[in-house]
Amino acid sequence: MKDPRTTFARTAARLLDEDPSVALVYAEISGQYFGDAERRHPERVVNVGIREQLLVNVGAGLSLAGMRPIVHTFASFLVERAFEQIKLGFSHQDVGGVLVGSGGSFDASQSGRTHQAPGDVALVDTLPDWTIWTPGHADEVEQVLRAAVQGNGRDYVRVVAQQNHEAYPVRRGRFHLVRRGSGATVVAVGAMLDPVLEAVRGRDVTVLYAGSVRPFDKTALRSLLTVPDVVLVEPYLAGTSARLVDETLIDVPHRLLSLGVPRTELRRYGSPADHLAANGLDAAGIAAAIDRFGAEAVRAA
Amino acid sequence: MTSLQEMTYTYDDLPRLMSLMTGDEKHTAAATSTLDVLWVLYDEILNASPDTMHDPGRDRFYLSKGHGPMAYYAVLAAKGFIPVAWLTDWAAFDSPLGQHPDRNLVPGVEISSGSLGHGLPLAVGTALGVAAQGLDSRVVVLVGDAELDEGSNHEAIELVGALGLRNLTVVVVDNASSTYNRPGLVERRFRTEGWSTHAVDGRDHAQLREALRTQNRPTVVVAHVERKS
Repeated sequence: MKDPRTTFARTAARLLDEDPSVALVYAEISGQYFGDAERRHPERVVNVGIREQLLVNVGAGLSLAGMRPIVHTFASFLVERAFEQIKLGFSHQDVGGVLVGSGGSFDASQSGRTHQAPGDVALVDTLPDWTIWTPGHADEVEQVLRAAVQGNGRDYVRVVAQQNHEAYPVRRGRFHLVRRGSGATVVAVGAMLDPVLEAVRGRDVTVLYAGSVRPFDKTALRSLLTVPDVVLVEPYLAGTSARLVDETLIDVPHRLLSLGVPRTELRRYGSPADHLAANGLDAAGIAAAIDRFGAEAVRAA
Repeated sequence: MTSLQEMTYTYDDLPRLMSLMTGDEKHTAAATSTLDVLWVLYDEILNASPDTMHDPGRDRFYLSKGHGPMAYYAVLAAKGFIPVAWLTDWAAFDSPLGQHPDRNLVPGVEISSGSLGHGLPLAVGTALGVAAQGLDSRVVVLVGDAELDEGSNHEAIELVGALGLRNLTVVVVDNASSTYNRPGLVERRFRTEGWSTHAVDGRDHAQLREALRTQNRPTVVVAHVERKS
């Protein structure tokens, strides 16, 4: 199986070959994958060293000069450390760019809190007009990066090691209908799809897959809803998309279960699987939460 | 009668233009630390005019120190980027001119600034971007000496020195306003990182012109002006 992060690096290198307006800025992280691209395009591939404030604003400055920047490091340093640079360098200047944050909430399970960014999507979501991509498979990373770089807007691509066994077509702001049921609607974001499908096996629910979570696909959620029960399963801060479910169903009395990473620090090491289980985001945890939510009971009533 | 478009303004008109914003005759203009640097840049150095505003090959001026932008707006008005009539109601709800400039509202303004420590890192990206496109543009960024407190500047100063960016100039308007300022410290910091370093009298147009005119490696011009009172 292909690895999402190396797929990102390989795709970025191809995009640099194909389009002279594309630039790549990074801050040491992932440098082991960019050597060839850097030798081929020394004027457009820049390692700024361990300097994340500079990283983000160099990307924005390239955009001010008419280039299409790809800006990359771990999500914790890209979004959390350099957030004001994202807010002012990109949004306030009103220039485009593609930020690629790797690691997400669980890749660095052995590294501790410093390298984990469960708040990345929520933070980017405080700003208007960002497309947020949450690919759940290496093949989706390639699709998504191409779509983002070929556009001219502001894109945040969340690249994580965990993958679903199958890739889906991912389109900006669109959910993919995985299965239709007569009970609750479960929205699985990124690599949460496989554990969600295992959790709902034998349950008569609708499952939507979100490989792109901003814009939030209100049309799909609204049109495919059967009973007004929604379960969000997000691999980052729990409730990040809750307000959008509420906006979608503003005129429908509804119930919402928001699963994701809690605010509490786990302070444990171990594997990503350990962390998923501890946060109730493995199949067993998701199934138990859905049972408590009573989705099936509502369907039976 | 001369139309507004045909009018040419000189340095001597700047106090009057600034007084449209401040309501005060002469004092504010004379006390504005950036006035002379801005005038020399727009009058003699930069390839930047209302006609070349969208030309990819134009020179870029980034006002990083966005506080106290009256001198900047006065120079932009004098050079025809914005109408003089805009100056009178600046910072009002309907005015495009705020207490910090916004590039999306003001013609000729290349970056929106206000929060300190962003202009130089943005300028590094732009300098790389114009060079990658083979454009012969200079990027000039103005910072204040106290603004250099922000660590983001030092990330940029180090990288620019390491890469040897030939098309980037920093003007530090130094009115010794940093709490922990020490004479010569600004120059030493840039020189340590390999920048071509010039210290000039920030009120002396001939000295500013001479220091800003040529460029073949990363260049800093420290423009010393009277201490902030």
